[in-house]
Amino acid sequence: MGAIDPALLLAALVVAATPILLAALGELVVERAGVLNLGVEGMMITGAICGFAVAVNTGSPAIGFAAAAGGGAVLALLFALLTQLALANQVASGLALTLFGLGLSSLLGQGYVGIKPPSTPRLDLGPLSDIPFLGRVAFSHDLMVYLALALVAAVWAMLKYTRAGLILRAVGENHDAAHALGYRVVRVRVLAILFGGACAGLGGAYISLIRVPQWTEGMTAGAGWIALALVVFASWKAGRVLLGAWLFGGVTVLQLNLQAAGFAIPVEYLSMSPYLITILVLIIMSADKSRAPGSLGRIFHASQ
Amino acid sequence: MKLTQLLTSAALALGLATTAVAQDKTKVGFIYVGPIGDGGWTYEHDKGRLAIEEQFGDAVETVYQESVPEGADAERAITQMALQGADLIFTTSFGFMEATLAVAKKFPDVKFEHATGYKTLPNVSTYSARFYEGRAVQGLIAGRMTQSNIIGYIASYPIPEVIRGINSAYLHARKVNPDVEFKIIWAYTWFDPAKEADAAQALIEQGADVILQHTDSTAPQAAAEKAGNVITFGQASDMAEYKPLPRVSSIIDNWAPYYIDRTQAVIDGTWESQQVWHGIGKGMVKIGEITDAVPADVKAEALALKEAIASGEYHPFTGPINRQDGSAWLAEGEIADDGTLLGMDFYVEGISGQIPN
Repeated sequence: MGAIDPALLLAALVVAATPILLAALGELVVERAGVLNLGVEGMMITGAICGFAVAVNTGSPAIGFAAAAGGGAVLALLFALLTQLALANQVASGLALTLFGLGLSSLLGQGYVGIKPPSTPRLDLGPLSDIPFLGRVAFSHDLMVYLALALVAAVWAMLKYTRAGLILRAVGENHDAAHALGYRVVRVRVLAILFGGACAGLGGAYISLIRVPQWTEGMTAGAGWIALALVVFASWKAGRVLLGAWLFGGVTVLQLNLQAAGFAIPVEYLSMSPYLITILVLIIMSADKSRAPGSLGRIFHASQ
Repeated sequence: MKLTQLLTSAALALGLATTAVAQDKTKVGFIYVGPIGDGGWTYEHDKGRLAIEEQFGDAVETVYQESVPEGADAERAITQMALQGADLIFTTSFGFMEATLAVAKKFPDVKFEHATGYKTLPNVSTYSARFYEGRAVQGLIAGRMTQSNIIGYIASYPIPEVIRGINSAYLHARKVNPDVEFKIIWAYTWFDPAKEADAAQALIEQGADVILQHTDSTAPQAAAEKAGNVITFGQASDMAEYKPLPRVSSIIDNWAPYYIDRTQAVIDGTWESQQVWHGIGKGMVKIGEITDAVPADVKAEALALKEAIASGEYHPFTGPINRQDGSAWLAEGEIADDGTLLGMDFYVEGISGQIPN
């Protein structure tokens, strides 16, 4: 029976959590603006192939990630046009977006199967990375990990302390009141949807460029749906999304490591543990009076 | 009045003519568990489908549905394909077994072929390949090549097919290297690149320098390449893009000849329910090129084993073999019967850990 190195485990946890963290954070902002976009999976996989293709062609992972954000945002723009201008049903449009994204990505990815992407270097933090244990766990990741963490803080602060965040929340809680106060509901929502798309795209590219790293059709394999569920169980709070993503990523990696190390825990329980533990913890935490944004999923038109 | 009658009959005739033409074409359907671009299992089945199109040209039309989940949704997908007029439907994953049987009872005129299953009906055949023969060759190479004596195995679901593969690989690794140890991860998925990569990573961190996989994507290959000094084998497909390292050889599923035979049988009206289980000898299982990363003597040894299996001179499950609990399974020189192999639900002696239920 082998032992598990906790430093390696925690480092792997952060990597496993980053894709769903990014996607869930984007969706959090979208839902706080009162829009339910079920197309996260589609935007993630589109970001995965856009990022991969551009990174391969330019040789630069950074440009790849930028393209992934762009690709996700373009797909999200389609959703914004359908739901905010054409006033289409958000659930149906979101599901359609996922199907479209999966198809589009496999079309775009035709020539990229079996190609190795340029590797994303770990950020060199000098002496910090050499600290025993902590250096490996916290200071030896790629830039995207830190970017995702910074984004959590930024979204949290934006929603809580800034005027823009207040307007976004007002639009999400009661779009008629926000409209009556003179805020441009549709504009705010379109921007939120674009942000959500860009985040999902980044999350997808993190899988195809760093976590796996290769392009395979359908490679997000349901990560988008997990991100969606995470937003709900995290009661639409940025901090809890981070906790949920770490829990889910952490328990996933932990259960694989426990199996590899030969611990005598029945595998059936290990396999379902990431879902069970994450949901359980977040449900217990959401026992306070947090609830969904008031206008979530409702269609807005100024004439009503 | 006359004109309308004329037009009606003309339209009717035209309608009949087009249906007649449509009926001439044999429609062959495929239900896939993953995307056709997975680079592994589904990719090879789809190559078989393309081979049918090439062989029969306009006489046959093929349709497929990819990424069909195992479970209730499979029945809907298969029913839809039968309603669309498919004459022959291949359902290409173990988990489609019950769904295939349920739909087959409702469409007695449609022929069904279920891959890797064991239940048949008058209009349902099963077919599978003796992948464990390829696993024996892999096990030998793995046992010879490992430095750490730890071999990682990414398993999918605890079904006989997968357990057979683990046992076969282990027996032949141990035969050439008595110190070898298998670490097995049950991923509970056929296709999830991120999870497969994580599983490979966990095994590598536990000291494995050889990774065998029974999942469908090339993600473990990428993970091994990233880690360095780890060798892998292509699963279901050649996965040649990872040659010469980490991928040193592969098991290739070669479905095309079988698919063409069965389509021909439907066209000729000679199709009958059967259970087919072919191996290296019949060409349904192929061993992909062994790269130069493998020393010449090991390569020669592996090829000799392959030849012995192909000719029927050697069976990978030849006694003496004990079960994991130490009880005797096969006596000296005894060969496992197909019934036991098809229902295999135990590890052989020497493998640690338990098979999930």
